[in-house]
Amino acid sequence: MDAILLQVLNGLDKGSAYALIALGLTLIFGTLGVVNFAHGALFMIGAFCAVTLSRILSFSFEVLDETQKDFLGNPLKVKTPYVESWFGPEVGASIIDWAVPLAILFSIPIMVAFGFIMERGLIKHFYKRPHADQILVTFGLAIVLQEVIKYFYGANPIPTPAPDAFKGSFDFGLLIGFAENAIIYPYWRMIYFVFSLLVIGGVFAFLQFTTFGMVVRAGMADRETVGLLGINIDRRFTIMFGVAAAVAGLAGVMYTPINSPNYHMGMDFLVLSFVVVVVGGMGSLPGAVLAGFMLGILESFASMNQIKSIIPGIDQIIIYLIAIIILLTRPRGLMGRKGVMEE
Amino acid sequence: MSKTNITRRGLLKTSAVAGAGLALPTIFTSGASAYTNEPGAGSVTLGFNVPQTGPYADEGADELRAYELAVEHLNGGGDGGMIPTFSSKTLDGTGILGRKVEFVTGDTQTKSDAARASAKSMIEKDGAIMITGGSSSGVAIAVQGLCQEAGVIFMAGLTHSNDTTGKDRKANGFRHFFNGYMSGAALAPVLANRYGTDRKAYHLTADYTWGWTQQESIANSTEAMGWETVNNVLTPLASTDFSSYIAPVLNSGADVLVLNHYGGNMVNSLTNAVQFGLRDKEVNGKNFEIVVPLYSRLMARGAGENVKGILGSTNWHWSLQDEGSKAFVKSFGTKYGFPPSQAAHTVYCQTLLYADACNRAGTFNPCGVGEALAGYEFSGLGNGDVLYRADDHQCFKDVLVVQGKENPTSEFDVLEVVEVTPRAQVEYPPNHPMFGGDEASLGTCNAG
Repeated sequence: MDAILLQVLNGLDKGSAYALIALGLTLIFGTLGVVNFAHGALFMIGAFCAVTLSRILSFSFEVLDETQKDFLGNPLKVKTPYVESWFGPEVGASIIDWAVPLAILFSIPIMVAFGFIMERGLIKHFYKRPHADQILVTFGLAIVLQEVIKYFYGANPIPTPAPDAFKGSFDFGLLIGFAENAIIYPYWRMIYFVFSLLVIGGVFAFLQFTTFGMVVRAGMADRETVGLLGINIDRRFTIMFGVAAAVAGLAGVMYTPINSPNYHMGMDFLVLSFVVVVVGGMGSLPGAVLAGFMLGILESFASMNQIKSIIPGIDQIIIYLIAIIILLTRPRGLMGRKGVMEE
Repeated sequence: MSKTNITRRGLLKTSAVAGAGLALPTIFTSGASAYTNEPGAGSVTLGFNVPQTGPYADEGADELRAYELAVEHLNGGGDGGMIPTFSSKTLDGTGILGRKVEFVTGDTQTKSDAARASAKSMIEKDGAIMITGGSSSGVAIAVQGLCQEAGVIFMAGLTHSNDTTGKDRKANGFRHFFNGYMSGAALAPVLANRYGTDRKAYHLTADYTWGWTQQESIANSTEAMGWETVNNVLTPLASTDFSSYIAPVLNSGADVLVLNHYGGNMVNSLTNAVQFGLRDKEVNGKNFEIVVPLYSRLMARGAGENVKGILGSTNWHWSLQDEGSKAFVKSFGTKYGFPPSQAAHTVYCQTLLYADACNRAGTFNPCGVGEALAGYEFSGLGNGDVLYRADDHQCFKDVLVVQGKENPTSEFDVLEVVEVTPRAQVEYPPNHPMFGGDEASLGTCNAG
């Protein structure tokens, strides 16, 4: 029982990332009708916002220490971050330590601006083009973005740890009545799950309870009629592109302590996230979230030794297998709407 | 109006003459060259085939730096690096056999098909007489096979799978880097000494040739010390999050986790294992331990603080204090501003060893060069006394057991050497079952 619960928890944090990326993908597809293969790259750019802020905060001056030698036998250059010099060693170290949470604030304006520029500069020219063209151009953009990141940050993963207060793990099993050490779960993964729920809730609340959101939803349902009412729906959809970019970026920022970011991390999530969108139902926001968590949990279960001993290699194909089953039984996905991508 | 008179006999005659004409250059070429890409009097071209894109691009870039340094030293530039400390004295700064050394580069992308294509291009279009490089065993084995067919020497770069000089060994292929068996043989006594002989190990293994052979090697060596292997779980190479593979470890009864992962897989699996509190756990009355059998300093940096205190093995480390290592670190560090990686070291050595073999053989003919390398004993290149064994073209030398450093003084100061395992402890017979047994054969040398 505890092993199953642990895999559910693992699936929830994995599913959180899928759900956040798929939510952004669906927002863009539902509003603009664009299949955005560069969405994984936005997730990666968000992660590198955290890396960049961490580097900015760690920006240091060097002092030669004659008592220590470097690898060539020269006096060692000891680096001291400016923030430690300005605010004192303890406060300065704390600021650097909290780089990832601070990067949430840092990344939002960057990602919104990035999304806005991407939509106005490139994507809008492909609204009326076939989906194949959109996929090609956005996939090309994703490759360009990851190569740019690799040029500046290198190909190796870059450690971007969580604040000391949230490192390590806690005994989740004890909290819910299991034996000691039965279910150990990392603090940061729990934070990631809660954070993703807040972001997903925030996006839904924005669409559900604001006038702006109501217009966007109306536009998603019938763009032409909303336009005929004299509402500039294109502008709102552009803003939604920025919101979707910010959601992907935030997912990337918070993911950095879980796995050290590298230039390729967007591509690692992209294909899976598209499967999530298709399984959830093209254009369905609740469907994307539901499918994200569902596939995350099933993927975790498939990695269990008991399951793998019955069906070897199931962990490598489970998501695609589920996608085939869902699409055979419910061709529009779990919560897909009639008419979407069916013309 | 023109009239053409084509007869059957005339057509046959014309075709025969045209065919002979087309074949003529090939006949002359094959008659003029005794072997593939025989160099002229002025220069000789080497082909450096490394990952310039893809996940191992940083390691490939470090290999390229070392290759360029080696070429500079062979041509008489710089401070000569390890040439003065090398036990053989045939390298005098005048290139190889009096020819200036030039090079071309290819991008393996850490994909076998791309690596073979770039090696083929360097051989056929650029006239490379030797191919070297790589950061993956799958790629090394693929390119080694191609070089055997093409009739050029392959000096492997970073490849750690037993298969490279085991069941997939080739007469034209040579490996300086150590292998999975050697990692196990070097690590196991240190692990037994540090953690005791009554241990239960759980292996997570990358699902491809390198992972399989390393897991087999580590399991055999540790079981010989009294450890029990409780499980071995194969993980897809494309995995990015290992939490679902690590969670079952917690309740498996194991008290050691062995991560047979490299590169990004290693960084992520180690990070995940530490996140799940494995290092703080106590199982069977003992502290839970994690082992990373193959370390790469470049990659270990990606795992940050998580590598602290974790044992593994490596082919070479820049902190070694022998004359060869010091000379190489000084030469590389002065030119590039940071210490070389083990990948840089092995490819630098391979380039010098190839050049020296050509000089000793007095020819670039791959069969002559192969004979000069096979069974050759040397020293002064940073690994003590080394043998290039004739039976399988594997280098035998001391192996380093390292651990993540607790108090690093710089971003390069990630690992520290715990023990230098002597060569005798990591040797094995050429027909060892893990290396293809009696059926494994080098085949015959191919000169093209």
